[in-house]
Amino acid sequence: MINRRYALLLCALGALLLVSCVISLGFGSARVPVDVVWRILLNKAFGFGEVNWSTGQEHIVWLIRVPRMLLGALVGAGLALIGAVLQAVTRNPLADPHLLGVTSGATLGAVIVVLHVGEVIGLLTLPIAAFIGAMLSMLVVLAVASRNGRLESDRLLLCGVAVSFVMMAAANLLLFLGDHRAASAVMFWMLGGLGLARWELLAIPAATVLLGLLLLLGMARPLNALMAGEQTAVTLGLNARNVRLKVFLIASLMTGVLVSISGSIGFVGLMVPHIARRLVGAEHRRLLPVCVLLGSVFLVWVDVAARTLIAPEDLPIGVATAAIGGLFFIGLMRKR
Amino acid sequence: MTSLTLTELAWTPPGHDHCVHRFQLRDASLLVGAGEFVGLIGPNGSGKTSLLRCAYRFSKPEHGDVQLEHQNVWKQSAKWCAQRIAVVLQEFPDAFGLRVDEVVAMGRTPHKGLFDNDTLHDQQLVRSALASVGMQDFEDHAFATLSGGEKQRVILARALAQQPQLLILDEPTNHLDPRYQLELLRLVKRLNIATLASIHDLNLAAAFCDRLYVINHGRIVASGTPHEVLTVALLRDVFAVEALIDTHPLSGYPRITWITQP
Repeated sequence: MINRRYALLLCALGALLLVSCVISLGFGSARVPVDVVWRILLNKAFGFGEVNWSTGQEHIVWLIRVPRMLLGALVGAGLALIGAVLQAVTRNPLADPHLLGVTSGATLGAVIVVLHVGEVIGLLTLPIAAFIGAMLSMLVVLAVASRNGRLESDRLLLCGVAVSFVMMAAANLLLFLGDHRAASAVMFWMLGGLGLARWELLAIPAATVLLGLLLLLGMARPLNALMAGEQTAVTLGLNARNVRLKVFLIASLMTGVLVSISGSIGFVGLMVPHIARRLVGAEHRRLLPVCVLLGSVFLVWVDVAARTLIAPEDLPIGVATAAIGGLFFIGLMRKR
Repeated sequence: MTSLTLTELAWTPPGHDHCVHRFQLRDASLLVGAGEFVGLIGPNGSGKTSLLRCAYRFSKPEHGDVQLEHQNVWKQSAKWCAQRIAVVLQEFPDAFGLRVDEVVAMGRTPHKGLFDNDTLHDQQLVRSALASVGMQDFEDHAFATLSGGEKQRVILARALAQQPQLLILDEPTNHLDPRYQLELLRLVKRLNIATLASIHDLNLAAAFCDRLYVINHGRIVASGTPHEVLTVALLRDVFAVEALIDTHPLSGYPRITWITQP
């Protein structure tokens, strides 16, 4: 009975995601009716149906909104997944993908390159610099956190926070001293946005999120055991340090990739896992798929809000996730 | 046949920041035979928990040997040990809310590979483990909503689902009322699995253990049957208390009566 309910829930969420994806494509500064969206999708995917829409509409839907919607779904799924596993391995319900120092490392990388190097390899310069910064920051956190071959969760979190502060201080200092036009470009990226989405850019985040999901699902049992505590994990035959290190590496790499493309989108990774736990409990084989679906649906709709609220301008999606997510969470806490 | 052998263990708590236990284990040797219920008693901070941690391959001793079935546990993997030793700890931190059956199913972890699913056999083991601790009706309850005694029994069920050859219990009767203290120990005794348990209540230790080890300042200072070990002199030397010791009128094991007046 429990399993049938779970299967039904997964199907419902999957259907909700598909419907959300299609409907969301109609929204934006130029509205496209849903039936036109649907016919453009069918035509592009399977090549049938009569063409009775303008090239402008086709361009907007297929070249701009579809990749953007897909990137949103991927980023939402990835961040929710990372948040869930980090909360488990650190046994801290406030753990979040951005706490580990990866995001601030990415920011520092982006700031340095934008202010002092320039866009040497075009549009991709900023994401690549951000990714390099993220990885360096991850290594610093690991080096500081591990001690005598141990890797304790409290130390990991504290080191992440400390390294974050130092990196952010450096980035802010550079921004303060630097050229203000370049600074606003970086600021915009920091607030998060899916505006970079292009078809050719989607392969990397797609592969990252899919691979991450598979690896983490494979580690579901160790994750359950670590949630019960270090000693319990050891008595269940796990090497707690190895599991923690693997999860930290997977989470940091995923965060690095997602943050470099979409900036720092807060609150998804913190909040979605808690909502998912309310639905299906904390057992990871059940929890992770639900996190992925909920995260995607959430970010697809927040992006709709981001591109319609102050159209024709894009609201930075990080602002929207934080505002909507925070309010939603407060409502949830009050009802409890 | 012996199941667990600890030989001349020495272990020091790491670093000075863990200053709660500033004692060391020295020359601690201990045996647990197949099917035997062995108790470990000693005052607070005497090294009971440290000794148990060495026994279940959590702390690596600086010196000495921990052998299970004549194999050095540190030459085997943590997984190998977890397939043979199940541990019931004093606490179960539960920050996120697992269901009772999920907690018990964790006991199958050491028997599973990365992508292995729960088989029918696993589900049966979980159910029969819950039944043997009398918690079969609580399968789908949230673990956090249970009382202390129920939690302890669920953790014991998890240990049973691990299908161990040796059970290690760290103060299993803490936080339990008399009824559940007796029920839990009776249950463990009925299982006939080799058991090493640290027990605070000396009367319970006397009633249930086949043999006792007494630890003080990190050293084993006495061992033997409850009758041999629990003497007025030992209680005075090790626990610094005065007591009368006679024989339980119904069951024949030693009975300790504390002398509370100065």
